[in-house]
Amino acid sequence: MADISANFLGIKSPNPYWLASAPPTDKKYNVLRAFEAGWGGVVWKTLGSQVKNVSSRYSAVNFNNTRVMGFNNIELISDRPLDINLKEIEECVRLFPDRAMIVSLMADNSREKWHELIKQVEDTGAHGLELNFGCPHGMTERGMGATVGQDPAIAKMVVEWVMEAAHIPVITKLTPNVHSVVPTGKACVEGGTSALSLINTIQSVTGIDLDTFVPNPYVAGKSVFGGYCGPAVKPIALKMLATISQDETTRKVPISGIGGISTWKDAAEFMLLGATTVQVCTAAMKYGFRIIEDMCDGLNNWMDEKGFKTIDDFVGKSVSTLTHWEDLDINYHHVANINQDKCIHCGLCYIACEDASHQSISLTYGKPYNTYAIKEEECVGCNLCQLICPVEDCITMVVQRKGDDYLNWKEFQERGLPLNDH
Amino acid sequence: MSISNNRLPAEEFEKNFSDIHPPFETKEAALVEANRCLFCYDAPCTKSCPTGINVPKFIKQITTDNIKGSATTIFLSNIFGGGCSRVCPVEKLCEGACVFNLMHEQPIAIAKLQRYSTEDAIEDKWKLFERKPSTGKKVAVVGAGPAGLSCAHVLSREGIDITVFEKESKGGGLMTYGIAAYKVTPEFCNDEVDFITSLGGIEIKYNHELGKDISLEQLQQQYDAVFLGIGVGLANQLNIPGEDLAGVEDAIDFIYHIRDKGYSNVPVGDRVIVIGMGMTAIDAATQAKRLGAKEVTMVYRRSESEKGCTQVELDIARLDGCKIVWLAAPKEIVGNDGKLTALVCDVMKLGAPDYSGKPAPIPTGDTITIEADMVIKATGQKPFEDLVSYYGLENKKGKILSKENHATNLSKIFAGGDCVNGGKEVVDAVQAGKEAAAAIIQHLTPAFSKGEGAEQNAMSVITASTVDRDSSPLSFGEGQG
Repeated sequence: MADISANFLGIKSPNPYWLASAPPTDKKYNVLRAFEAGWGGVVWKTLGSQVKNVSSRYSAVNFNNTRVMGFNNIELISDRPLDINLKEIEECVRLFPDRAMIVSLMADNSREKWHELIKQVEDTGAHGLELNFGCPHGMTERGMGATVGQDPAIAKMVVEWVMEAAHIPVITKLTPNVHSVVPTGKACVEGGTSALSLINTIQSVTGIDLDTFVPNPYVAGKSVFGGYCGPAVKPIALKMLATISQDETTRKVPISGIGGISTWKDAAEFMLLGATTVQVCTAAMKYGFRIIEDMCDGLNNWMDEKGFKTIDDFVGKSVSTLTHWEDLDINYHHVANINQDKCIHCGLCYIACEDASHQSISLTYGKPYNTYAIKEEECVGCNLCQLICPVEDCITMVVQRKGDDYLNWKEFQERGLPLNDH
Repeated sequence: MSISNNRLPAEEFEKNFSDIHPPFETKEAALVEANRCLFCYDAPCTKSCPTGINVPKFIKQITTDNIKGSATTIFLSNIFGGGCSRVCPVEKLCEGACVFNLMHEQPIAIAKLQRYSTEDAIEDKWKLFERKPSTGKKVAVVGAGPAGLSCAHVLSREGIDITVFEKESKGGGLMTYGIAAYKVTPEFCNDEVDFITSLGGIEIKYNHELGKDISLEQLQQQYDAVFLGIGVGLANQLNIPGEDLAGVEDAIDFIYHIRDKGYSNVPVGDRVIVIGMGMTAIDAATQAKRLGAKEVTMVYRRSESEKGCTQVELDIARLDGCKIVWLAAPKEIVGNDGKLTALVCDVMKLGAPDYSGKPAPIPTGDTITIEADMVIKATGQKPFEDLVSYYGLENKKGKILSKENHATNLSKIFAGGDCVNGGKEVVDAVQAGKEAAAAIIQHLTPAFSKGEGAEQNAMSVITASTVDRDSSPLSFGEGQG
């Protein structure tokens, strides 16, 4: 059995799964249930000046039969009294001392307010702080949340205020609502943050009701941009995480990965791109805390299979494989192959290639089943047919290199090699 | 042993004759199934449908909440799409070809989805089709069955005025009169006919029988064209001793009575024998059982592999508790006091294939005797040979000979459906009606028979995949379009 425990700047948790700062972590009742279910840690829902929420707070994007492929919220930070939150945090830490307790913070825009809040939170015995520089709705109108995270100079300044007062590790959570997360990430590291976490939610409009013409979530005939998350945002989160893992400054601090993580596989991917721990919210909001069981079990089995003893054995392992396009090997070539024994004659590969790609699949009429075959000389190896085929391993990509040696674009040009002639 | 009616309490009848293929209970259930569909290209299901319904398209339209579009997709190819969703042997057509079968997965429940998409349209008479302005052309259709009404609907859409002559008092033909009530209810059949005629331009004259109330010559004179969709009617006779004994009945009559008189009014025996193994035989056997017969035995002169019904149908009969005797050919019906008491059968074995391509049943010399008080004959129906011969229609044993374009040897007379093919599925008749309509349009519109692509233009009226319902594939000359 592999050891899946995490040590994040000395904050230990029996597994790398923390619940992200969100409704599932806004009170003792939920947090204790999460710990009982086996979650490694929680990031307590953001504390700050007490706010008031509206009713009707979430909306979702469904895809075919899958509900909540993407999820959206317009909820603000915790709307509970600060003293109750602090008291409950203390109780949770006492009842589950082996779990990570991070508290998310968003103080009003002054050094004193931040210092005061940090002091109060540290008194609870919490193990770490997470600075919410990412909330993209509501709080931004008050100059907080993403407004801070979108300006590296302001972000750095606030981090510096925090570091003056903090005695426990500080994680700064980055907003994805920027052209690149690196500038703010760098500024925060330079400002002294102990770690980074990303991504927060992405500003969105999830849809419009075609009867009322009002976008959702519906609040008395109006709506507002919300924060998008869930499985749909995972690829964006992975990309942003990778840029933080690649940058010389930001890669010096540990990262907690966030963004559409629903399974152990998602988690492993975030960890391969440099996350030491991962944070989960939407999946728990959809299915409840019980999903933690397979998240641990699956990760453990995969690590055993790959020979990883601890998570440190693979955290960041894939970062170096993400390169510049110009460094890709132009001599690499593969073509699709259809396994006729597995083919169910649905024609999806054919019509995709015919209408949208390179007309590299032939159709031989049959009633009722046509036969489809790859025209290898036409196939550019784009993967489209393989991605679309509904049968596992029916279409495979077979390597047919154009040359034995590695050849990048720069060299290709230097050698004056021919471009496509059609 | 006796033949009697009203064998069961009303609620038992209700249960026995309730829908064998219930619809989706909820929209969500339909969506789960619709979303399973892969949306195949040049889909095997569509290719396996005699009317060529664009199945992936109508299923996709369910998933996008476009039920109106979904219903239109179905009805453009098959105006009996609602009825066919209940009576088609889909296991050998669309669902049998579904690519999921090749993955050893349950095929998409196409029929059930088709029912889902068409149910409200039929019940609430959705206006899915716009009839073109009248062209002044008139066509007579004989027979308000699937072939006739399918032909009538296409023609009326193109602005041709249709008069349908139907010898029965209700429309729908075999759908209304010849199929088990638990597959399609009489009420539904009425609704379906009303839905089809709600287009306008189709007048049905009931209780008008060809050769009795109207003549072919009259129709030829009064109309620009005539379509014969008269089906088949007379049950094949066994030509064995005892066939005239009381208790011997034709399956078609038996099924007709169940649909016409109500369950409690149809007499059935204690011990019933059904002869034959086609769809009609199954419908007769299962319904005899559901009416309260104590024992139902089906006898068939060949073996299970040669059966005319599908496996699904046979399973229904078996689940209903019908006994099956293979390789038994009726030899004599014996009786007492004019009432039948038993059926004597030759025990057969299979020989070399005969004219039908199936192994020929050959008597072994042994016989068996099965006691019974009722024998239902379901060995196929005969075309109206006398009638068609009387009018000089070229025919083969009563089956009207038609050319590629459904024209007969007589001027202006077209024919299609069971009266041409000898008796196939409802869906085949619908397609024949559609094709004949295209041929009639071409016949009525000489402009279209000249010049290139004429045939293609006429065919586009019935080819759902190439015709948009709002476009005008045809317009009639002389300022009538």
